[in-house]
Amino acid sequence: MANRSNEPLLWALFSGGGVAAAFLIPILLFLYGLAFPLGWLQPPDYERTLGLVQHPLTRVVLFLLCFLSLFHWAHRFRFTLYDGLQIKHLNPVINLFCYGGAVTGTVAAAYLLWTLP
Amino acid sequence: MKPSTAYSQYHPKWYRTRVSTLWWSRKWSYLKFMLRELSSVFVAFYVVILLLQLHALRGGAEAYLEFQQWLKDPLLVFLNGIGFLFVLFHAVTWFNLTPKAMAVRLRGKRLPDVLVAAPNYAAWLAVSALIVFLLMRQG
Repeated sequence: MANRSNEPLLWALFSGGGVAAAFLIPILLFLYGLAFPLGWLQPPDYERTLGLVQHPLTRVVLFLLCFLSLFHWAHRFRFTLYDGLQIKHLNPVINLFCYGGAVTGTVAAAYLLWTLP
Repeated sequence: MKPSTAYSQYHPKWYRTRVSTLWWSRKWSYLKFMLRELSSVFVAFYVVILLLQLHALRGGAEAYLEFQQWLKDPLLVFLNGIGFLFVLFHAVTWFNLTPKAMAVRLRGKRLPDVLVAAPNYAAWLAVSALIVFLLMRQG
């Protein structure tokens, strides 16, 4: 049997995450990280935010954003360490940290979005 | 990636020039590559903030207020500022990849890169505007 690599799947997740992160994160990070805390704009209150996130479509979008972005990070960061710092001998640990972290975050996102009232 | 499992006695020793660990720091294009790769750290960083926000939303109005207060921590604002620059860099470099990944031809002529990347920017603007509209709309 041919020795199949899971690299194409990981690359597809990396790529999908790149798209999701590029489209959604800059504006969200700008609003929640800078504009709201620094008082440039008035943030939506608890009720409105909950109402927005409760919508099924928002839940799906936010789940995909978390899932894909985390795998995007895992893949890219793995190769940053691999190419940039050349620490090949730590590969098993790095893989566990990167993909394990991505899986953990994805499960957390699914749980939080699913159990939101 | 499997580590080499056994050493053969007659295994040839490859010649490889040693590359410094800081190879990417000597040239702007290499450094740019490294910064682009590091943007992924801030992508993950934002996802963590989003997960904390969802957690606070589940916890009720008071927990959410606490989360909003926490975001005002100067250290966090600083990190988010750096993170914002990095994710912006990620978005721009990502959108600019499209013309490199596919050559769009129109009547036998290759479309200029700018025109291939342009729809990305238009969609980006539309998505961002939609998010602002959804969050800022009154009533």
